[in-house]
Amino acid sequence: MSQRLVITGLGATTPLGGDTASTWQAALAGTAGARTLEHDWVAQYDLPVTFAAEVAVEPAEVLSRPETRRMDRSTQLGMVAAREAWADAGLQDAALDAERVAVSFATGIGGVWTLLNSWDTLREKGPRRVLPMTVPMLMPNGAAGAISLEFGAKAGGRTAVSACASGVEALIMAMDLLRSGQADMVLAGGTEAAIHPLPLAAFANMQALSRRNEDPAAASRPYDVDRDGFVMGEGAGALIIETEEHAKARGATVYAELAGGAVTSDAHHITAPDPEGMGASRAVRKALASASAETTDVTHVNAHATSTPLGDVPEYVAMKSVFGSHLDNVCVSATKSQTGHLLGAAGAVESVFTVKALADRKAPVTINLENQDPEIPLDVVSGTPRELGEGDQVAICSSFGFGGHNAVAAFRTV
Amino acid sequence: MADKNEILAGLAEIVEEETGLETEEVQLDKSFTEDLDIDSISMMTIVVNAEEKFDVKIPDEEVKNLTTVGDAVDYIANASA
Repeated sequence: MSQRLVITGLGATTPLGGDTASTWQAALAGTAGARTLEHDWVAQYDLPVTFAAEVAVEPAEVLSRPETRRMDRSTQLGMVAAREAWADAGLQDAALDAERVAVSFATGIGGVWTLLNSWDTLREKGPRRVLPMTVPMLMPNGAAGAISLEFGAKAGGRTAVSACASGVEALIMAMDLLRSGQADMVLAGGTEAAIHPLPLAAFANMQALSRRNEDPAAASRPYDVDRDGFVMGEGAGALIIETEEHAKARGATVYAELAGGAVTSDAHHITAPDPEGMGASRAVRKALASASAETTDVTHVNAHATSTPLGDVPEYVAMKSVFGSHLDNVCVSATKSQTGHLLGAAGAVESVFTVKALADRKAPVTINLENQDPEIPLDVVSGTPRELGEGDQVAICSSFGFGGHNAVAAFRTV
Repeated sequence: MADKNEILAGLAEIVEEETGLETEEVQLDKSFTEDLDIDSISMMTIVVNAEEKFDVKIPDEEVKNLTTVGDAVDYIANASA
């Protein structure tokens, strides 16, 4: 049996706050991150969806001007979260073996703003005006590369790209690197900055987005009978994960254990989830096996729960098939009700929430749950945060993505 | 037509924007690589921005001859004369 892996640093920049502490306080209080977009392009393109959940703190406020010019917005957000996690873990002046430190940083789409702005520049001003940094800015591994450079991490920079499962998959990649002995410490996370007219138009045409333009704060409502789609969000989450031995040797403070995780694929449909949730339930079972945990150890789930009419039900079906009657003892938080859907960053930010829930023994709330869908009889945390109580507990964080990707991480109290 | 002081000031703004260096550090005798620590990608970005700002063409094969800030100012002044 391989040694335990522990989480010693957290970072986040989200629609709820510019760091982990402010984001977590907002998540406990119940805060809607979605707002009407105040960009000229909304009216210019007559977009059918006019709101989204933008980050609370613009990255330009905390990064230098050359950094904002040389990094795509997605990398900027990732860098903000990564720096916070690094500092939170007390690593600024730590003596580290750089060749044993890896980065696993995910995204769903990558540098979509850079790609499309550069295309506009090419068409309007010609090829000479296309900036030389365009490719390193738009590539999906841009954040992983910039972060490995920032911290001198030389054990590899990985990038999971599995749509909305990417963030959790990044943690599982980190787990694999640590369990297989390829690294002692991994900075893992995910980032997304895709609140751009093109993805908004495309997701809207898939009928995936909420059209509640007149009331953005009420639009993301997982498990509610009146849910009508997800809300686009942006942001990043980052976690420092290391072997227990490495953490102990440097005297690090531990939030929780990364106990296990697993990835499966539906092979059912490119966008629709398997209606029986078979791929999702296999991922939960495998994650618990990987964590050497029983279903009855699980007390809390941070669910994928995007607020789409079709997506929320199969996830419940999957949970029911795994947990059976024990599901009554599992409290579920659907934090996308607050943050919106951060796509490739969702699983990273929601993992930060899950770790904080175990560390503080308190599950965050689900907002906008007014009439719970009778097809989804879960114990949903709403109104006030749920006390998780004493004792060893396991919590899981689930993320599913277009392409039939399912990724589940399991965390344990310490 | 812009005089050399105006070109220097404009170039210094471009360098500041790209690298974060203070505009006062961008002086005629400074080497882009040795003194200002500007790599080739940043140099090309500066060249592209300078072409737009001063409405000149700086061919790629000329860029390697622009060792100092003064070289660039002279080139832009001649090209726009």
